Amino acid sequence: MGERLLEIDKVSLAFGGLTSVSGLDLHVDEGEIVSVIGPNGAGKTTLFNLITGIYNPDEGDIRVAGRSIVGMQPHEITGLGIARTFQTLRLFLNMTVKENVMAAAYGHTKAGIFRSMIRTPGMRREEREISELAEQKLAFFGQRLMGYRWNQPAYSLSYANRRRLEIARATATNPRLLLLDEPAAGMNPVETHEITELIGQLRTEGGYTILVIEHDMHVVEGISDRVVALDHGVKIAEGSFTQVATDPLVVEAYLGLGTMDTK
Amino acid sequence: MSELTPPTPPPVDPGAEPPAGPAVGRDEWVAREGERRAARHPWIGTVEGRLRRVPWWAWLTLFVAAGALMPAFESSGYVRLVAFETVIYMVLALGLNLIVGWAGLLDLGYIAYFGVGSYVYAIFDSPKFGFHVPTIVLIPAATIIGALVGLCVGLPSRRLSGDYLAIMTLFFLELFETVATNGNQIFGHNITGGSFGISNVSPLSFFGHRLAVEHQGIFAVSYYYIAIVMFVIIFVTLRFANLSRTGRAWRSLREDTLAAEVMGMPVNWLKLLSFATGAGVAALAGTVTTALNASVYPLNFSPVVMITIYAMVILGGIGSQWGAVLGAILISVLLQVLQNPGQARALFYLGVIVGVIAMFRFSLRLAAVVAATAVFGVVVHAVAASYHHSWVDGAHGGVAGVLGDWVVVPVQLAPWVGQVAYLLLLIGMLCVTQLRGWLRIVALPPTLYLAGFVWENLMIPNPGPARYIILGLLLIVLMIVRPNGLLGERRVEIT
Repeated sequence: MGERLLEIDKVSLAFGGLTSVSGLDLHVDEGEIVSVIGPNGAGKTTLFNLITGIYNPDEGDIRVAGRSIVGMQPHEITGLGIARTFQTLRLFLNMTVKENVMAAAYGHTKAGIFRSMIRTPGMRREEREISELAEQKLAFFGQRLMGYRWNQPAYSLSYANRRRLEIARATATNPRLLLLDEPAAGMNPVETHEITELIGQLRTEGGYTILVIEHDMHVVEGISDRVVALDHGVKIAEGSFTQVATDPLVVEAYLGLGTMDTK
Repeated sequence: MSELTPPTPPPVDPGAEPPAGPAVGRDEWVAREGERRAARHPWIGTVEGRLRRVPWWAWLTLFVAAGALMPAFESSGYVRLVAFETVIYMVLALGLNLIVGWAGLLDLGYIAYFGVGSYVYAIFDSPKFGFHVPTIVLIPAATIIGALVGLCVGLPSRRLSGDYLAIMTLFFLELFETVATNGNQIFGHNITGGSFGISNVSPLSFFGHRLAVEHQGIFAVSYYYIAIVMFVIIFVTLRFANLSRTGRAWRSLREDTLAAEVMGMPVNWLKLLSFATGAGVAALAGTVTTALNASVYPLNFSPVVMITIYAMVILGGIGSQWGAVLGAILISVLLQVLQNPGQARALFYLGVIVGVIAMFRFSLRLAAVVAATAVFGVVVHAVAASYHHSWVDGAHGGVAGVLGDWVVVPVQLAPWVGQVAYLLLLIGMLCVTQLRGWLRIVALPPTLYLAGFVWENLMIPNPGPARYIILGLLLIVLMIVRPNGLLGERRVEIT
């Protein structure tokens, strides 16, 4: 494995008296696919919010490629090469499918407002590049987000296609690390299978390192190099899928204490 | 797992037409909505399709050409002046559309930037301090100062959104008005001229040549053309800005601020930028207006003007440039037309009739309501006339013909009668909206009659407030019929 891309060092976060994440250590290396699992309320999405700068940790440090990101604005962190999708989809619903992806190229493009107002040749060249980038990112999903759909508003898309569009939008920020928050939630078995393959393709073809939260154990088994299990904001297990899935602490977290005895 | 083979996607062909086969799935169904509508009305569908293919600049050229030719057919100075004001309103609506429609920020202080541009022009090109800055320098300078003020207002409020931002900016508008009204004693210096404002402001000057605002006492049409040039520049530059990286970022933050921030857009800076750009547009409009009026007063920038411009943007359809233009034309012209009692009366009764027809469509119930209203009025009129002829002999605004035998207009109206009538009308309207079935049909004729009574006795003698009431009613009706405005695109908030 390559360079250490993301390093979470003894991070804690509490909301009032409620500890959401406590003393968490986690790292993701370049080229890895790491899955985060855990029951509801385990602190998985909070972890993503910490990495993307929506929350600031009370204690500990988060480093991207060796650089601390604590206290940075979310858009600055995105500029360092971290992009995410949301568990509850947050698309720009009243913009077209293509514009959704084009908007995410903001961070690595330059044309200012005055240049845009008079459409200088440089600005128009950049626009063409953004447009090509968006088409390329949308083409990743085969025919599903292509052709006439480019000019359809995002709200006209089906649920599964909205999930795909969120991934396309995240990749348009040119990230190194992609955070996927339950990419298979609400999908039927065929679509779930497709998403599993897609996450593999994102690494092999897109070259992204991936940290994914997922509840569907088939998906987790199919994609993960490493699995991290959280419960009540604490890391309870880490290792290969088989190791984590058979860990007594993980079984207890999912099924409850004493279940093993009564069965 | 192995039996779940994913469907193999067909080869990628960018820009492909939708597959011709049967429409499957939600996406296809939504995408083909237009086709289905066109199939129902083949003729309208074809025309609509053709019109949609006309590029925007062709529409703009047509529109500007029509506007520029207007003075050739209309020699009245009054009409030309109204046309000038309408163009200024169009520019103001375009700037507000940027802030409210694209960036999604509820800025209730917008008209203050218009005031900043006006005052900057008035101070630097009038005998007040003896400054006479050439127009070619002063107009860009005023625009930039306006934009900077917009930036300063944005700074403390950039973290606010929605209602909080609205209150903050409304406070700024009040602050501006207070400073302008009391600006005759800033550290002992008279800067804004207080409530009397600044007068004798010089007209526009280009290369030492003063552009007279009047030609033999009639509005000089050159100002109209300057306003049109300004409109074209603003329309085109703002359109380009919207179709750029910045414009997409504005709309993204309107749709979902958090997602925009996480997708790498500096939301706070983008908000400031939209405030500043919109403020610059308003300040620009202020300079030319002040040059024409040769004066500026704090009252020109009251919340009423602010709301009028909001009404234009909302009426046309928030977020649509053509909508803002159309809204500005409609409201500006309506406000003028409603000043004439005869035209205002025609509009009022037309509005009431259209409303009643919309409520019942063409049906037996409609006929019943119309007949009942007519009979109700005639009976009331007859009873009043038999009591004393002075009860029906009033002549406010000259009611004539059939209407004169229907609505009761006393010579002297006791003040309490008016107030009671207003109150009853409100109760009646409440009943009509809340009741269902035959109860509504029973409640409608007296309510309609009361509306006529209030209109003829109280509103016609006061055309000033009445025109805003009519305008408000029209807006309410329109918003019920087309919630997205005349040219607004269909929008979803939550799905």
